Amino acid sequence: MSDIGTADHPLRVAIIGAGPAGFYAAEHLFKQKQLSVSVDMYDRLPTPFGLVRLGVAPDHQKIKSVTAVFDRLAQKPNFRFFGYVELGRDLSVADLRNHYHAIIYTTGAQTDRAMNIPGADLIGHHPATEFVAWYNGHPDFRDCQFDLTQERVAVVGIGNVAMDVARILCRTPEELRKTDIADYALEALSQSKVKEVYILGRRGPAQAAFTTPEIKELGEMEDADVFTIPEEVALDPLSEEALAESADRGSMRKVEIIQSYANNRPTGKKRKLTLRFLVSPVELYGDENGHVRAMKLVHNRLVKSSAGSLRAEPTDKTEILQVGLVFRSIGYMGVPLPGVPFNQSWGVILNDGGRVIDPDSKKPVTGEYAAGWIKRGPSGVIGTNKPCAVGTVDLLLEDLQAGALLNPPHPQPEAIAELIAQRQPHFFTYADWQKLDEMEIARGEAQGRPRVKFTSVAEMLAALGKA
Amino acid sequence: MKVQGFLSTRTGGVVTIQPGQTIREAAGLMFQHNIGAVVVLDDQGRIVGILSERDIVRKAVTHDRVFDMAVRDVMTADVVTAVPQDDLMSVAHTMTERRFRHLPIVDEQNNLIGIISIGDVLKAQRDQYRGEIDTLEAQIMAAGT
Ligand SMILES: Cc1cc2nc3c(=O)[nH]c(=O)nc-3n(C[C@H](O)[C@H](O)[C@H](O)COP(=O)(O)OP(=O)(O)OC[C@H]3O[C@@H](n4cnc5c(N)ncnc54)[C@H](O)[C@@H]3O)c2cc1C
Ligand SMILES: NC(=O)c1ccc[n+]([C@@H]2O[C@H](COP(=O)([O-])OP(=O)(O)OC[C@H]3O[C@@H](n4cnc5c(N)ncnc54)[C@H](OP(=O)(O)O)[C@@H]3O)[C@@H](O)[C@H]2O)c1
Repeated sequence: MSDIGTADHPLRVAIIGAGPAGFYAAEHLFKQKQLSVSVDMYDRLPTPFGLVRLGVAPDHQKIKSVTAVFDRLAQKPNFRFFGYVELGRDLSVADLRNHYHAIIYTTGAQTDRAMNIPGADLIGHHPATEFVAWYNGHPDFRDCQFDLTQERVAVVGIGNVAMDVARILCRTPEELRKTDIADYALEALSQSKVKEVYILGRRGPAQAAFTTPEIKELGEMEDADVFTIPEEVALDPLSEEALAESADRGSMRKVEIIQSYANNRPTGKKRKLTLRFLVSPVELYGDENGHVRAMKLVHNRLVKSSAGSLRAEPTDKTEILQVGLVFRSIGYMGVPLPGVPFNQSWGVILNDGGRVIDPDSKKPVTGEYAAGWIKRGPSGVIGTNKPCAVGTVDLLLEDLQAGALLNPPHPQPEAIAELIAQRQPHFFTYADWQKLDEMEIARGEAQGRPRVKFTSVAEMLAALGKA
Repeated sequence: MKVQGFLSTRTGGVVTIQPGQTIREAAGLMFQHNIGAVVVLDDQGRIVGILSERDIVRKAVTHDRVFDMAVRDVMTADVVTAVPQDDLMSVAHTMTERRFRHLPIVDEQNNLIGIISIGDVLKAQRDQYRGEIDTLEAQIMAAGT
């Protein structure tokens, strides 16, 4: 199979998942000058871009403009998009192995980490993942219900996702109306009775996972005051020492901003956002109808691990926080794909540097690779997926050189296209997406918004005259 | 980023040796796997030391017959370990500060589940910075089109 990758026998690659990792993998394949390659990219949703469309906050439109780079890639003649085609539902790994020399899984992290405390199953406790998907118009989550008649809300975790969730809860209808937030979410949030939002960090300000622009932005909202508590944001000796030794200006600046919020006084704004540190929820309490009404927090102190990082250790001090709605934002989590080895401990595809590994033989599975969040876990910004995908594709190219890819019986592009047309006649092409994109933008223009999203597959099919 | 994120992409097991084996055997393993250190486990699988290239060189200065010596007599017995929940940044700091080039990673039961080298840590940091720059760059490029 040494002629794979020549004009007569192009290298055929399937990429499963049209998020940043998928596009960066395609980009690196197309960059290989000596290589003739053709890429089919699949997504279970009709629309591409993964979390850039359905995760990145609607009030962060500028970040979403990275899709222009992906758009240009999609114009390559050897690139095809098959939207609304799900691995496991419409296609199996065996189907892919029959049609491609290599498969790259870039399916991201489709669920969230559980919070195993008593009361976690009460009504009114939700994963942030669902709220985020809901306000961004993800077709699978449009029917979610969040009780926004509650006045007091807690967000557990202090990563950037927690910042997004808290911000969206505190924005005014006018602020939200300038964004591409889903119409139903705009409507629901405009009626919101939320008055107080608490963001709960288990460690201190110096260990906060959110980044500096995000914490700064909290203080710039139109109708919400931001507070921190002086005793919680004063650095303990261990943090102080670690910060001084690291000499990391970024982290110092972040701590300064957090501390500055402790001096804030109420200015009469409608909502109040409080960032708490060194507290962990240990139990949720419900009312007679099984709805969350309060949570018990334990106060933590920091201790140093042998490798030098600071972790939270509970003290015997506790408090009760009255809240009627709780979002846990403690991390996303990958889900297994049928027929693909999975590492349960870390919630990723079992892989070594991006090569999928057989759990029994511990040897690479020929022709199968992973990149992005499903390879390394749910952390990092959009661009972090680029070196990650490049690393994976480099291994694929190495295996190509060594003649160690798949030898599929039906590599012709038409063969798989026929199969897809049978299995999922309503699949979406990139041209379909571009039409939807234009329509969304046009609908937005009429309202002075960046776009008005289609949020159900039926709507999208109808708009394209496919239904 | 946490140590866990690094472990997610490492499936190849950790190269280990027993305290009674020779330095010759240890050097053979290091050469064969192209690595700079092996973790020393007792027969119950507990970590009792780490043996690095540097340990061998240091010993060789005073012991001509270093290759015939037992691993236990050359290894560093006081092993600092990391856990998956440790912040990578702090681990990096500890490694540079205390001049460790390798840190075994253990689970809650103290079982060896991985090893991280200073090169791995630096690469992870570099990828993170590069990712942040790429994200900004892509936005600037997009704004220009
Ligand atoms: C709420 C949130 C906000 C964020 N905001 C920012 C930000 O402002 N700036 C920033 O730089 N980064 C941000 N990030 C991080 C960034 O979104 C991620 O780093 C990036 O999207 C991960 O890329 P990925 O390709 O691995 O996964 P994803 O983007 O999740 O893409 C995976 C794709 O695979 C598809 N898929 C899943 N399963 C299947 C299947 N079985 N068959 C076919 N397709 C499938 C999914 O539909 C999805 O389209 C944010 C993340 C979150 C969660
Ligand atoms: N604007 C942006 O650039 C943007 C926006 C959104 C997301 N993102 C990126 O997307 C990635 C994912 O973001 P994320 O917020 O989901 O993850 P994250 O950054 O890993 O943050 C997770 C948070 O949850 C906390 N946590 C974990 N387990 C907990 C528990 N059991 N109890 C209490 N707290 C717990 C963590 O605390 P510990 O640190 O103590 O573990 C941390 O504060 C990140 O890399 C992020 O930067 C970027």
